[in-house]
Amino acid sequence: MTTLLALPYWQETGIKLGLALAVIPTTSLILVYLFLFKMMAFMQSRLGPNDTGPYGTLQLIAEAIKFLQKEDIHPEQADRRVFRMAPVVVLASTFLLYVVLPAGPDAVVENLDTGVFYAMAVSSLSVLGILMAGWASANKYALLGGLRAAGQLIAYELPLILAVMGVVIQAETLNLQGIVEAQATGEIFGFGAIGNPFILTQFLAFLIFMIAAQAELTQTPFDMPVAETELVGGFHIEYTGFRFLLFFMAEFGTAFAFAALASVMFLGGWWIPGFDVDDNILNVLGPGVMLAKILLVAFFIFWVRFTYPRLREDQLQKFAWKVLIPLSLANIVLTGIFKVVF
Amino acid sequence: MTATSDREQMAYVSAQAADARVNVELDTGDMTLNIGPQHPATHGTLRIACQLDGEQVVVAEPIMGYMHRGYEKLCEVRTYPQCTTLINRIDWLGSFANEVPFILAAERLMEVEAPPRAQWIRTILFELSRIANVALFLGDMGVQIGALTPVFFAFRDRERVLNQIEEVTGGRFHPNFDRIGGLKDDIPKGWIEETRSVMVKMRTFCDEMEDLLVGNEIFQARCRGVGVIPPEVALGYGLSGANLRASGVDWDLRRDANPGLSWDQVDWRVWTHPDGDSFSRYWVRLQETREATRIVDQLLDGIPSGPIMAKVPRIIKVPAGEAYISTENPLGEMGYYIVSKGDLGPFRVKIRTPSFNNISIVPWVMRGVYVPDVITILGSLYFILGDIDR
Repeated sequence: MTTLLALPYWQETGIKLGLALAVIPTTSLILVYLFLFKMMAFMQSRLGPNDTGPYGTLQLIAEAIKFLQKEDIHPEQADRRVFRMAPVVVLASTFLLYVVLPAGPDAVVENLDTGVFYAMAVSSLSVLGILMAGWASANKYALLGGLRAAGQLIAYELPLILAVMGVVIQAETLNLQGIVEAQATGEIFGFGAIGNPFILTQFLAFLIFMIAAQAELTQTPFDMPVAETELVGGFHIEYTGFRFLLFFMAEFGTAFAFAALASVMFLGGWWIPGFDVDDNILNVLGPGVMLAKILLVAFFIFWVRFTYPRLREDQLQKFAWKVLIPLSLANIVLTGIFKVVF
Repeated sequence: MTATSDREQMAYVSAQAADARVNVELDTGDMTLNIGPQHPATHGTLRIACQLDGEQVVVAEPIMGYMHRGYEKLCEVRTYPQCTTLINRIDWLGSFANEVPFILAAERLMEVEAPPRAQWIRTILFELSRIANVALFLGDMGVQIGALTPVFFAFRDRERVLNQIEEVTGGRFHPNFDRIGGLKDDIPKGWIEETRSVMVKMRTFCDEMEDLLVGNEIFQARCRGVGVIPPEVALGYGLSGANLRASGVDWDLRRDANPGLSWDQVDWRVWTHPDGDSFSRYWVRLQETREATRIVDQLLDGIPSGPIMAKVPRIIKVPAGEAYISTENPLGEMGYYIVSKGDLGPFRVKIRTPSFNNISIVPWVMRGVYVPDVITILGSLYFILGDIDR
């Protein structure tokens, strides 16, 4: 790996930190505007925000100001310290996810050798924050939501990791950059012009990954932890103002991060056919390609969200343990056999 | 008693004691969860006090009366024409249908009969308010289960029906249009054709709901076999309307006890479903909405000519007597028992509303279900708060 600029370590870290701080709110705002405001309105045959600014884009700022103005309320019985920490823990898990997401040969905050492992590990940190929020709120709905979230996220962590194993076996690396390179240099029956995006060979793993990610993100049909119509918001029922905004940003930021993981591992990441894998121009073009792929994946996530009803907790667990996990194990076995044979 | 049996006895007692200790240690106790009075699933101010064991309901008790407005008492200090303004607001989604049984009961006491044209238009408006009411249920059931989109379709298409009601009566929600002896006005020009095209759109809406929800596997997984009400229990609790028909009881007041509207003039059928679960309640309502559009279509074809008002005195005094008339309203059997002493207003009005009885089955049907099913069952029983508390 060549470095673009030779900078001292602390300057490099400062730039990366600033970038990450700017990127996460921006990405979640993009998703909120495009999908939650516009696409949802289109699907439900209503207008959506269209008065504030061009095409209603300034609505986002209005919403942000609204959240900032609101009073920060704690329930009387709440465990205050834990209550305050919970949204930060959830958002921290999102921040940590962004560390390893690559957007170009050098455009990555930290190129970890065990990137996949790291991403899977930090993504499950959010369970902790959600449980903290559910428990500390001193609210029965929040408690039910928190417990549901814990059960659900632990159950769906497994198929998520097992689905990724197939990709890791095929790419022979845990490094996310390595996975992109493996796809870029791969060949489909000797035809290497578009590389070998793993969605072709690992389609089952891709499906399992997307379903499990849907559950990890607590999006419909797996949104029992929030379930507006029964738990009235679940674990974040007692949160107001900025703390709620943190949860909200974490939700969409994580959706963005999971879409990014899916596009890195299955759709070829930032690589553009016709370029060398370490071509410097990809540092500029790569983020655009990544964004397009992420929005495509996110579109499917939100499409399902706006279309399907919600499962029940026991049905969800049954689906995870009886369908997804056996399927992903079978996928690993198949991938292993093909790896040995070819 | 021999020594062995003594020893057995001792072992049995100590084992029991150990079991009891374990039970005490593992017993988490029941949690009381108040669903409502401020809860989106109760769409209003119904409160369901649930005893939960984990996520399982041990006892669920509906607590009503948060929105009691005292309509029965208020009717006693009003004249008959003034009463319709109040009773419009009982089931606020299908308000024209509320007026009809009251007016019919008053007409029976006065021994007046509305002219045929008024009866036909009454029936059309009755069925239109049924469509407007149930369309919202068809979409709202999706929201209860987590699908957000159907309810927006429902609001969009219900608006078309409300527009038609508004064009005749002048009111979207509270028409206050029915009069003793007929109707306030005739239908406007061009209304029949417009209504016909709206009925086509409502049938498309029903097809959409069938695609979005009825055919959806998750919807079926959530609703089939959930909240099963056998027919004898349904009859025992006094359920009526689609809730009763979904339990397989073929009972519809429009056909069985037509009190003087034009349902016997058209060709239609009563839909029933043998299962009695949440899914069948949804399915029956969906079919009934379709059937209602067909009834309206046929009625529009044959509206007789003539006056819309019978000869009634300007100041209405109802002769002394008692009358009970009930009709098949969107939510079920709605009836008014009017006691008159020959004054300008009723002496006593007893209002029988369907939601009150429909919701009283909640403790029976919600034993041992999970919290998410509480919402599904509540949604599928379909109540209107104003109709429970009045």
